[in-house]
Amino acid sequence: MRQILEGSQAIAQTINNIKPAVISAYPITPQTHIVEDLAKLKADGKANYEYIRAESEFAAASIVAGASATGVRVYTATSSQGLLLMTEVLFNIAGMRLPVVLTCANRGVSAPITIWNDHQDAMTIRDAGWIMFYAENHQEAVEQHILAYKIAEATKIPVMVNIDGFVLTHTYEPVKVPSRSQIKKFLPDYKPKKGQYLDPSRPVSLGTFASPDYYMEIRENLHKDLEQAQNIINEEYKKYRKILGDFTKKNEKMTQINNGLIEYYGPRDAQTILVAMGSLVGTIKDVVDEQVKNTGLFGNKVGVLKIKTFRPFPAKEILKVVEKTKYVAVVEKAISLGSTGPLALEIKNVTQGKTGPFGKLRTSKVQSFIVGLGGRDITSGMIKKIIKDVKNKDDSVKFICKE
Amino acid sequence: MINLAAKPASTTKNKTGGWRTFKPKTDLDRCVGCGVCSRICPEGCIKMQSKNGKLKPKTDYNYCKGCGLCATECPAKCIKMELENK
Repeated sequence: MRQILEGSQAIAQTINNIKPAVISAYPITPQTHIVEDLAKLKADGKANYEYIRAESEFAAASIVAGASATGVRVYTATSSQGLLLMTEVLFNIAGMRLPVVLTCANRGVSAPITIWNDHQDAMTIRDAGWIMFYAENHQEAVEQHILAYKIAEATKIPVMVNIDGFVLTHTYEPVKVPSRSQIKKFLPDYKPKKGQYLDPSRPVSLGTFASPDYYMEIRENLHKDLEQAQNIINEEYKKYRKILGDFTKKNEKMTQINNGLIEYYGPRDAQTILVAMGSLVGTIKDVVDEQVKNTGLFGNKVGVLKIKTFRPFPAKEILKVVEKTKYVAVVEKAISLGSTGPLALEIKNVTQGKTGPFGKLRTSKVQSFIVGLGGRDITSGMIKKIIKDVKNKDDSVKFICKE
Repeated sequence: MINLAAKPASTTKNKTGGWRTFKPKTDLDRCVGCGVCSRICPEGCIKMQSKNGKLKPKTDYNYCKGCGLCATECPAKCIKMELENK
């Protein structure tokens, strides 16, 4: 059934239908509505999970880590400073291979104090060992949460679903939330292997120390499993579309590629490709449509590459899209201060030093554009300015504050 | 898929190496076998064992951190802290 729902409501209903056993969270804008809705569902007798109130995000993350270690499905959500307060626990969750699912309602990081949206929070903990999804709209957020549990439980790697604060959490859109029985067809009940979780009848320890003889192999194993998770994400995405096709973000008129890792929207032989994540992609798609309308498919060809999965980083999939492109503009809402945009670093890494289709060194120009920090509106005028600016010789990082 | 669950007490198989500066040496001839050192040891690495029918302490130097509490508390003053030879 199609409903008009607030992004947070849609996520809360989805989580309830996934049937976690334990939820713990600490309220922080703009995540609050999600956990408020989950608390209300519990208070109204419409949910079966334990809802544990925590005294901080550090505690909330620790509670879900402990609950997950006992072999049950868990959930938490946070934003910004809250995510950073969880940092130590996030590394522990990934290191202990606990299939925790967390929603990060992306918000800028203080100081100066901001409650508005950008991607600085999640980018700061990108090395924690989590799988990281970015949703473009409400329906994709619903889809990614269900996928998140399937993939986390299959790979024993935690998953963070990133949704833009306010832009997705506080806006209303038509969205379809699958019922419990529909979800169960894709995501069966969680059954961890016996002897691998905390159970008094089969005593084991989790999170023990590893001396230098063991630590490095365990980290290498996590890295390799994360890289291999790319295949699992794509396979599970295909299965999801097959079983729950009605609850998927539909392909649009110029969508050329759409899998679990990336989406490419625009002409096949674009001269300029903009790379972006999250809700910002919607704005760029409108600009791409406008350019095609004004100049036809032969003029100034522009396409947009959406990164759905930032960790593991889908290098091969991205290379296939951008390898013949002259100009690549990475448009992102985060900055590695004193360096460049974190996503731009990754795209430069993907395109550097490898030979192109005719055996020549690649000549794509990759430039980093920083937009929308601390909730600054990103207008179509700014996107058009970026499309123009990326053709300049200069390739230093640029802050686009106004049109 | 990796399994990181460890069997109870199995981490003691991994010796971490010593970081003592001083090592407690017990003079068993003067020891009265009261067991204070065993009870006071924060690491729980002193065990009282029967030797010729009398209880005497045995220190596990794999886990002793050299804190010196046993030497301070020993009523017979028979534990000496000696500079560790590395």
